[in-house]
Amino acid sequence: MSAPTLDRPAVDETALQAQFDATIAADHRVEPRDWMPEGYRKTLVRQIAQHAHSEIIGMQPEGDWLLAAPSLRRKAVLLAKVQDEAGHGLYLYSAAETLGADRADLTDRLIEGRQKYSSIFNYPTLTYADVGVIGWLVDGAAICNQVPLCRSSYGPYARAMIRVCKEESFHQRQGYELLMTMMRGTPEQRAMVQDAVDRWWWPSLMMFGPPDDDSPNSAQSMAWGIKRHSNDELRQRYVDMSVPQAQVLGVTLPDPDLRWDEESGHWRSGPIDWAEFKRVISGEGPCNAERIARRRAARDDNAWVTEAATAYAAKHAEGHAGAVA
Amino acid sequence: MHEETVYDALTNAHDDAGHWAFGTGFDEPLAGVDTTVPDGVDPADLGVYCLMLGDDALVLAQRLTQWMTNAPELEEEVALGNTGLDLLGQARLLLARAGSVGVLGRSRSLATASIPDEDALAYFRDADEFRNTGLVEAENGDFARTMVRLLVASTVRLAVFARLRESRDPVLAAIAAKGVHELAYHRDHAARWVLRLGDGTPESHRRAQDGVAAVWPLMADLFTATDVEARLVAAGVAVDPAAVRDEVREVLTTVLERATLTVPPWPDDVAPRGREGRHGEELTALLATLQGLARQHPAATW
Repeated sequence: MSAPTLDRPAVDETALQAQFDATIAADHRVEPRDWMPEGYRKTLVRQIAQHAHSEIIGMQPEGDWLLAAPSLRRKAVLLAKVQDEAGHGLYLYSAAETLGADRADLTDRLIEGRQKYSSIFNYPTLTYADVGVIGWLVDGAAICNQVPLCRSSYGPYARAMIRVCKEESFHQRQGYELLMTMMRGTPEQRAMVQDAVDRWWWPSLMMFGPPDDDSPNSAQSMAWGIKRHSNDELRQRYVDMSVPQAQVLGVTLPDPDLRWDEESGHWRSGPIDWAEFKRVISGEGPCNAERIARRRAARDDNAWVTEAATAYAAKHAEGHAGAVA
Repeated sequence: MHEETVYDALTNAHDDAGHWAFGTGFDEPLAGVDTTVPDGVDPADLGVYCLMLGDDALVLAQRLTQWMTNAPELEEEVALGNTGLDLLGQARLLLARAGSVGVLGRSRSLATASIPDEDALAYFRDADEFRNTGLVEAENGDFARTMVRLLVASTVRLAVFARLRESRDPVLAAIAAKGVHELAYHRDHAARWVLRLGDGTPESHRRAQDGVAAVWPLMADLFTATDVEARLVAAGVAVDPAAVRDEVREVLTTVLERATLTVPPWPDDVAPRGREGRHGEELTALLATLQGLARQHPAATW
């Protein structure tokens, strides 16, 4: 790409690197046509694709309740939410495409297990309370992770994140409101909420990734301004935010060691089971195979639809070009 | 800057809507509409007619929702979700209207008092009390059949709603006025897919033609008025389904011909089935999924 040609002077990589570094240092945005180091581009593609995959796979656990939502209002809210997630996936794949990636290729990588998605979506949704808890805790954790990304150094990603965060915040509110309604309901409904909180709390803490002393890519991402806060910092923010919300809701978080630390002004949680995190991320979660199988089926079973649309577009583009000529 | 606002809003989660970052305001779609039943109209007839139109929307929304997470493209997930939401919105208004004029069938005795009429009707009626047509309850089949059915259903519904804007019932007129914009989009979306599939590859052409063959017979009972409809047509409230037949036929013929598909012989009219509560096992299965959770907890509100 930077090879010198006869009619173009050799690109001075040192000068370009200096310009890039200055952009990052000044906290300005890098835009698609700007020069960027290959490592920066690769890291971004990996992170944005993983994020896009998470949105799309994340449609499934809640989507499983779309047909059975217990009121028409809840059905509409959930359908709008699952639809928003498809929209988020689209913005994010588009952001990745500004870096030279291709959506179909990224989807193939997901299906072939060469790219990951958030391991939280490998847990099943057992009752309708799970829909509310995903909104409250999983979307809540996602917001903590994503709000700082609104200031990410890569412009298209940062802008996509602003819109995504607005919608996620709305989803979180809706999830919490469902749980509040259920907690005011029958004893069975209250039990469902507590059970869902018991199952989702620890996986939601794992959404922030491994602890800082075991997070190999974090330092470089922070230096590049792709990431703004460490995994543990964000996790702490999430815990501090969630504990008071759990108290208002009237549920118990399943952590006997959770305590208020007067000195630091933070809620401190007990040790996280990182062995489980590794198991789930490496494909041994309860629903990994099922999630990918459905994504694969959507691609393969409907491949004829995409082929038809492509063939139709080609036929009619030729006709149009002919008419113009 | 965004950061601080969002976090603040989230910590105040338990307060009223105002503290949430991006608001909760939804417009009440029928705010300001006169809900009095027009003179000379039997509220029971009006309610049943609302169920006919509402059940069509509810059942078709449920069918389209089955595509969520299974659609051919992400853009299609968004489009089908949108169409499902529009139809669900129409269903809610129509079922609520049926309830408000006292048409609740057996549902009200089964559902707890605190759940709204729209949910009592959607979740606590059995199949024989549903008034949707067989067209919307049939299985989706593949994407081609789904799109052919959506084309037919939205063409019929758009033709009905366009006329219903003149209904003497102000609520139906308002629902129709809002609905025509949505239905015009649904019809356009389905028509574009039928064009692409019919005139795409040999496989998509074959599937689209098979879809047409499966859907066409379901039109047989769409254009015959029930007694309820006939009385409401005379009262200037309902649309005579026979009055939209020619328009529907013309639209469908145009789309199919442009899609290079063969238009099958138009089915002979038969007496109404679904509109009279007669359904196949597809509806029973659909309702089992739709209603199962709500019926398992009849005393719950959600």
